[in-house]
Amino acid sequence: MAREYKTSKEISGPLLLVEKVEGIKYEELVEIELGNGDIRRGQVLEVDRDRALIQIFEGSSGLNLPQAKIRFQGKSIEISLSSDMLGRVFDGQGRPIDDGGEIVPEEKRDINGTPINPYSRTYPSEFIQTGFSCIDGLNTLVRGQKLPIFSGSGLPHAQMAAQIARQAKVVGKGEDFAVVFAAMGITYEEAEYFISDFKRTGAIERAVLFINLADDPAIERIAIPRMALTTAEYLAFEKDLHVLVIMTDLTNYCEALREISAARKEVPGRRGYPGYLYTDLAGIYERAGRIKGKSGSITQIPILTMPEDDKTHPVPDLTGYITEGQIILSRALLKKGIYPPVDVQASLSRLKDKGIGEGRTREDHADLFNQLFAMYAQGLEARELAVILGEGALSEKDKIYLSFSDDFERYYISQGDDENRTIQYTLDLGWKLLKKFSKSDLKRIKDDLINKYYDSEAVEKLETHLKKFTQAL
Amino acid sequence: MTEKRVEGTITKVAGPLVVAGGMAQVNMFDVVKVGDLGLIGEVIEIHSDHAYIQVYEETGGIGPGEKVVSTGAPLSVELGPGLMSTIYDGIQRPLKKISEISGNFISRGIEVSGIDKEKKWAFEPSVEKGAKVFPGTIVGMVQENETIEHYIMVPPNAPEGELTSIKKGKFTVEETIAVIKAADGKEFEIKLMQKWPVRRGRPFKKKNPPTRQLVTGQRVIDAFFPIAKGGTACVPGPFGSGKTVIQHQLAKWADAQLIVYVGCGERGNEMTDVLNELPELVDPSTGRSLMEKTILIANTSNMPVAAREASIFTGITIAEYFRDMGYDVALMADSTSRWAEALREMSGRLEEMPGEEGYPAYLGTRIAGFYERSGDVTCLSQDDRHGTLSVIGAVSPPGGDLSDPVVQATLRVVKVFWGLESALAYRRHFPAISWINSYSLYYDNIQEEVEAKVDPRWSEMRMVALRLLQEESELIEIVRLVGVESLSQGDRLTLEISRLIREDFLHQNAFSDIDTYTSFEKMFKMLDTILFMWEESTTGIKNGMKVDELSEIQSIERIARMKYIPENKLEDIDKIKDSISKEIKELLTAVEE
Repeated sequence: MAREYKTSKEISGPLLLVEKVEGIKYEELVEIELGNGDIRRGQVLEVDRDRALIQIFEGSSGLNLPQAKIRFQGKSIEISLSSDMLGRVFDGQGRPIDDGGEIVPEEKRDINGTPINPYSRTYPSEFIQTGFSCIDGLNTLVRGQKLPIFSGSGLPHAQMAAQIARQAKVVGKGEDFAVVFAAMGITYEEAEYFISDFKRTGAIERAVLFINLADDPAIERIAIPRMALTTAEYLAFEKDLHVLVIMTDLTNYCEALREISAARKEVPGRRGYPGYLYTDLAGIYERAGRIKGKSGSITQIPILTMPEDDKTHPVPDLTGYITEGQIILSRALLKKGIYPPVDVQASLSRLKDKGIGEGRTREDHADLFNQLFAMYAQGLEARELAVILGEGALSEKDKIYLSFSDDFERYYISQGDDENRTIQYTLDLGWKLLKKFSKSDLKRIKDDLINKYYDSEAVEKLETHLKKFTQAL
Repeated sequence: MTEKRVEGTITKVAGPLVVAGGMAQVNMFDVVKVGDLGLIGEVIEIHSDHAYIQVYEETGGIGPGEKVVSTGAPLSVELGPGLMSTIYDGIQRPLKKISEISGNFISRGIEVSGIDKEKKWAFEPSVEKGAKVFPGTIVGMVQENETIEHYIMVPPNAPEGELTSIKKGKFTVEETIAVIKAADGKEFEIKLMQKWPVRRGRPFKKKNPPTRQLVTGQRVIDAFFPIAKGGTACVPGPFGSGKTVIQHQLAKWADAQLIVYVGCGERGNEMTDVLNELPELVDPSTGRSLMEKTILIANTSNMPVAAREASIFTGITIAEYFRDMGYDVALMADSTSRWAEALREMSGRLEEMPGEEGYPAYLGTRIAGFYERSGDVTCLSQDDRHGTLSVIGAVSPPGGDLSDPVVQATLRVVKVFWGLESALAYRRHFPAISWINSYSLYYDNIQEEVEAKVDPRWSEMRMVALRLLQEESELIEIVRLVGVESLSQGDRLTLEISRLIREDFLHQNAFSDIDTYTSFEKMFKMLDTILFMWEESTTGIKNGMKVDELSEIQSIERIARMKYIPENKLEDIDKIKDSISKEIKELLTAVEE
């Protein structure tokens, strides 16, 4: 039921105003045929009587008012879904861009989705092993959580994300994750890194990739996370898969949103971002979760780069208010040669408490976490003191704390980019590092746990392994 | 009531704002059904015959030419038996019912009534035929669940008059249970259910100064920055500072008889958490499940933004209804910033002149209007019963910056400020309420009640503890510059005792079964023990004892474990005093030798 009009009146940036139209619906999809036969796509942003304001996805260059033919499609943006999407690469409009040919859709869905009824949610509580000690041990990720990585330019977030995509699994059950990867405004090189890493490790077999490069139209950037999440919802709640959605880089997404908001001449909020940025981001992040009676789940790891490493910039700030914690990367740690450079103190997983402990990870996890955290904090304080007064001025106890915090960063936080640690290893490693202290110093751990693990065989064995590691350094 | 149904046609759609023509007869704030899907909206502006409508659902697929029908009534809530333990969306649609109709995802145009119209409730009259009744008079009661006696009142808009009939028995909420004959001969039927528009506060006879403390079981709040029943408080803080945990803790443990919890533009999983936890938890005052005294309003961040704007009004109207019965009601709104953002978004769509940070200029008035609906009131009717409504709002300022317009507008009206600090959260000190910046203006009101209830020394103890913490913050500045060595023994003792107050008294573990709630008695004993330690060691230091020696003694360890002593073993706290006296005496003997 396409209705065609040649009544374009105004073009401004990616916006096109069409007059004398009839029966147009808000958010309707539009096809624009240029004088040379090119087809562009757009969406209705506003309808006012017989005037429709259209946002053109591929931009307005080459468009001319009298020649443009506008065809309204009578439906909103949809994506074709199929389980054959696994292993494939798509562009910002959901079209395959690899050599695999077209997808035969099993179903078509509106990419905006509808909100999950809070009553139908199940609280996330199943531990996901990422193979990173700093995440598994200290900022535990659980199925159905949204845990962003706050990074900065030049920090190895891409490497980390690829590693998580490779390694993520649920302990004991051995069920793998399907990965939905959405790239927004990243460079060709970065995109290539992900694609080739996924291919190299075979992870591509269970991944769906959506790619919008830095020179692709900004407006497609708005649609891409929604396509990825609609795909994820389909795989999770129709095909019962556990889906891990990795989105990078949300800062680019927000800038695209700002660009369009400015083109629409909306009243700007903080730093020129539109006032509805929070609501818009929530519409993306809140699509993570688990649903009663469904075995699949959606876990999100959005990645964003903080301009000037500033956590109070609107993008990380609003993200932090919506997501269930954050992993913050630190430039200082990276400079010390620590990968992943996770700032443990500033990072947080809000859903950690229900995902750890007996039956999920191990009984000693919570206490051990608290103890490591407390000791590391003490160590950092001692380090600060040493900077001001010199190491000589430290008390014997402070010196132990200091050396603990060094080891903690070097052995616990730091690991190889192909090193996939089990949660047992991570926990035992924590105990091993705590051996610097006497049993009575471990005030945050219950006595029976100290007796069980402090001298346990696994921890002893680890010691020899660590020694080798130290010598290698 | 004369309902006029106005019908018009959509001319413009822009996000949640829809404009319809042919609506000259419509009233401001009337609810309308928009488009073929029948989306629910509210008229927020009228320009000649064009009505500007904010729509509570997503407007994709709606276009000019479609119909708009007015319902002839403003956005109202249904008040009657069946409210308790329910989880609603922002416009009082039960989420459970929605899930039965549309499955796990919320689709559009769903119409469900706020309370069950089929269910029959046993009504027990408390007045007899022939009695003279007034608006607000309680005519009987429905036992809604084991905890809540749901009183049936003459609605505020009813005339005063004589009851010509009143029936005992089982009724649905729409059946007539009593009839009033007014002086002018007109008859008015009373039903179990009444309706009230959400944007108008329910009337009462008069407001009274709040004099009773709302006990929350959270030590830093109850001891230092208390809130009164009928008072207002706000909790601003950056993300990760624990606003939601504090709101949850208050919802769980505050000694209000009824809780309304509004999750306004926050996380879906948090509401799930409340839904899972409350039924499991036992109310310390009634011994029954906490869910029985709770009503939840959940309009999560991804649900439509206009309904988010309505959600806190829906919540507070329900809360007022129970206040009118004479209950102590507490309302938690998490977070009012999200509500203000919804306001800003609608204002932007209306192309209003923006004020600070793009918020509309009337932001302050709206916020004040909301908080002013709290209070300790003498209810309508002749029995002079008191009801209280306490309001606690979380605020989420960008970057934790307190100069944010929402925070500032809120601080102008609320009497209690619990300032959350990221530095405390960073050190994992929870609740991260700053003891330096926070304040409560209610202590003078409630002092008398608290001293009578707990101990006449309480006010003084509180002052001493606060003073020590204040001194500590000044001393820390000095230590940073010149090191701890340069402080006198007395000052170092202040540091040591303040540490005990911070770590062993103010720090409270919401996730520990025992520490999550502290009774007033236990709180008094804990602080008393720490201050006893201070007095004893001050004497000790005068006689030559050193502060370093103090940190080695056993009693310090026992003070640290005080918070984990269960409520039924409080005598164990008393014993710590003996051990303090004994150990300090030993230290002094050592000094003498």
